[in-house]
Amino acid sequence: MNIEIIFFIILAAVAGFSSVMMITRRNPVISAIFLILNFFALAGLYLLLNAQFIAVVQVIVYAGAIMVLFLFVIMLLNTGKEEHILATKKGIKLFAILVASLVFAQIVYLIVMQNPSLGLSPDPAASINSGTVEKIGRELYTNYIIPFEAAGFLLLAATIGALLLAKKKLD
Amino acid sequence: MSTIPIEYYLILSAFMFSAGVAGVLIRRNAIVVFMSIELMLNSANLTLVAFSSYLGNVAGQVFVFFVMTVAAAEAAVGLAIIIAIFRNKLTVNIDEINIFKW
Amino acid sequence: MIDYIYLTIVLPLLGFLINGLFGKKIKNEKVIGIIGSATVGISFLIVVLAFFETLALPVEDRSNTVNLFTWLSVGGLNIEFGYLVDQLSLVMALVVTGVGFLIHVYSIGYMHGDEGYWRFFAYLNLFIFAMMNLVLGDNFLVLFLGWEGVGLCSYLLIGFYYDRKFEKSTVPDAAKKAFIVNRIGDFGFLLGMFLIYFTFDSLNFNEVFTKAEFTSVPESTYFLIGLFLFIGATGKSAQIPLFVWLPDAMAGPTPVSALIHAATMVTAGVYMVARSAIIYASAPTMLTIVAVIGLLTAFFAATIGLVQNDIKKVLAYSTVSQLGYMFLALGVGAFSAGIFHVMTHAFFKALLFLGAGSVIHGMHEIQDIRKYGGLKSKMPKTYITFIIAAFAISGFPGLSGFFSKDEILWYSYANGNIVYWLIGALTAVMTAFYMFRLVSLTFFGEARYDSSVHPHESPAVMTVPLMILAGLAVVGGYVGIPEIFSGEHGNLFHTWLLPVFEPAEQKLAHMGSHSHFEEILLMAVSVIAALGAMYGAYKIYTEKLNKVERIRAMFKGVYTTLLNKYYVDEIYEAVIINPIVKTSRTILWKITDNKIIDGIVNGSASVVEIISGIIRKFQTGVAQFYAIVMMAGIALVFFWIILSL
Repeated sequence: MNIEIIFFIILAAVAGFSSVMMITRRNPVISAIFLILNFFALAGLYLLLNAQFIAVVQVIVYAGAIMVLFLFVIMLLNTGKEEHILATKKGIKLFAILVASLVFAQIVYLIVMQNPSLGLSPDPAASINSGTVEKIGRELYTNYIIPFEAAGFLLLAATIGALLLAKKKLD
Repeated sequence: MSTIPIEYYLILSAFMFSAGVAGVLIRRNAIVVFMSIELMLNSANLTLVAFSSYLGNVAGQVFVFFVMTVAAAEAAVGLAIIIAIFRNKLTVNIDEINIFKW
Repeated sequence: MIDYIYLTIVLPLLGFLINGLFGKKIKNEKVIGIIGSATVGISFLIVVLAFFETLALPVEDRSNTVNLFTWLSVGGLNIEFGYLVDQLSLVMALVVTGVGFLIHVYSIGYMHGDEGYWRFFAYLNLFIFAMMNLVLGDNFLVLFLGWEGVGLCSYLLIGFYYDRKFEKSTVPDAAKKAFIVNRIGDFGFLLGMFLIYFTFDSLNFNEVFTKAEFTSVPESTYFLIGLFLFIGATGKSAQIPLFVWLPDAMAGPTPVSALIHAATMVTAGVYMVARSAIIYASAPTMLTIVAVIGLLTAFFAATIGLVQNDIKKVLAYSTVSQLGYMFLALGVGAFSAGIFHVMTHAFFKALLFLGAGSVIHGMHEIQDIRKYGGLKSKMPKTYITFIIAAFAISGFPGLSGFFSKDEILWYSYANGNIVYWLIGALTAVMTAFYMFRLVSLTFFGEARYDSSVHPHESPAVMTVPLMILAGLAVVGGYVGIPEIFSGEHGNLFHTWLLPVFEPAEQKLAHMGSHSHFEEILLMAVSVIAALGAMYGAYKIYTEKLNKVERIRAMFKGVYTTLLNKYYVDEIYEAVIINPIVKTSRTILWKITDNKIIDGIVNGSASVVEIISGIIRKFQTGVAQFYAIVMMAGIALVFFWIILSL
């Protein structure tokens, strides 16, 4: 029982707990907070996987920017608390929960069946260095330069789009 | 250096994904539905990073980078749409935004 | 010429098309009449040439088939549009085209001034077309085509004066009656054809009859086939029980009555039974039924004809009666005698009808013989030809009717029994009586019409055909002189037709021969009785007309029954027609049609409505619902993947 597994268990528990909480809370602000917690747990998991760059980007972009945006919009629209989830359309909702758990069970089954650990022989040395900023930067600017630029365009388009959609019409 | 079998990460990812699916299918608040979608995207990210780490291949993490970019763009635009709809319907309850229905 | 026999069918069709399509524009009556008559005339010449050509062939080769094209080839059924030129069909074709031609010429004069002139000739040509198909066809289906065709033409021609009234109803009603009663018979004919195909796997005459002769089929099958075909014959040839349309058919113009209802169409049934002789010979019970029905029809129709007052009605019932004779002949196995009577009957009956037409024409459309009288001097040519025909039909020795009717009577005794002969002879006596009643009331005695009517003789275009037919009525019988008179030559007509009927006659394995003495004795008895009837009728209806009233009063009941034709029409109406109409109204219409059929149709629509109502709920318009369904689909796909691993 080394420290790695303990960390993993703690982080995984937090991630799982927060995700369930997120989907069940009535107050959307509380849901958002739980999601942020989930993202932090994920960042920790990324660190455990030696993906330093991604971990940091996760915190900065996701938890720091996207969730703030979400919170801004929630506050702006000020919709208030919902009623209990299973209050209306109980049948369909129960069916949906059933389907989701069914899908979960099937994916787990498939994973266990495929037994990916057998095929994997991780090279410890390569693994440590695989997630550094230097490595990722090198890949991005040489092999993946075109998607990188395209992503830039995408962000530009998104910005303009969001601006136009959200602004008040000038009558 | 990983003594944790990769299945653990994959199962956690599957769990988060199913939770996200359930959230999309059940919740009535459009913004919470969006957040569930973000949750699903993150579960996919976790899978990608796990494999990338275990295979020693950095391509997975580059892909995660792009996923995050797209997720950000999508979140921005989606929320803008919600705001635009809110202006007209004064609600974000997706049961009431039934413009599709004849 | 045998190979071109199909021209005899195509030419009348052409005449029909020309007169039918362009007749209205051709204002000239002569042109229409010439086109109509010429097609039939040329057909007659072709048939005559084919006849002589066949005569020159050796006896075994006298049956030839001319195939035009394949009509149907479905599964195992192969029907050719083929024409059989053999002894029997040549006789029928000669009669149809020959007498038909004369009647066409007659009609040129008779229908003069009618605004439907072109229509009349078009229909007449169509009739010849159908009739030729009937007598020349080499399989049952082509025969049936002609059968239906003549039925159609009969309807068209009876209803020619479509806007006139006729007795208690209208002319179109009479035409419909003819068609519908015929259809009832046709139903039987169709059943017969189905059974023939089912039994023999073919409808071709040669194939069917060869099989019938040599393969063994249960007698009950032959009986049924014969029965069904005969039902068709009773319809077309006006026997009991389907004769009721023929008197009503007198609503049509007189040439129509002459051609269709005397000489040709009504003999179609006789031809068909004669052609199928082998089938009937294989079921002697059926043959007896044919004979009995023929005999009864002959007798009863003659009794009705005794008291009718319309000149055409008398002739109509006379036709029914004579047709009965033909079936009697067929029924006792004297097939060629039956056909012989067809031929002679065509001559004198057509002559009688055309003569009646001449009288009606001259008397300005009056048809009641009580209003005639003394026309002998006013219409001499009509009178002479008419009385020749009357002598012929009454069996005056030496004329055609004598030979044919006597042959039938002889065979009804020789192959049948004395009862057949007795009733047949009695009918012959009645025939002579009512014919001469008709002649006397029309041509002899005092004029009983009032002075506004000026009877006149008909033009040559009408009297010349009368004279030709009269000549035929006189000499036509000499081809059929019986053995006792002609010695070693034998009966020429019989010999000519022998190859056609031989298989059937052999199957019937005739009774022993009777002596010539018996034949002459019976002949003498019937002739004397007929002569007596002729003279008696002449005397009563010429000089002692007042006595008629007293006799009538004495037999009041019998008289009214006969006058009302035994109330057959009324009985049919009450027993058959009304129940059918009532059942149709209450059950078939209200229940079956409205409730059941409409119910099923509406019901299936309701089922669709209900199901769609359920499925409709899936289209909610709510995207989340669609997403749930999609997720469920994905779960199913995963299942499938798991299972296939």
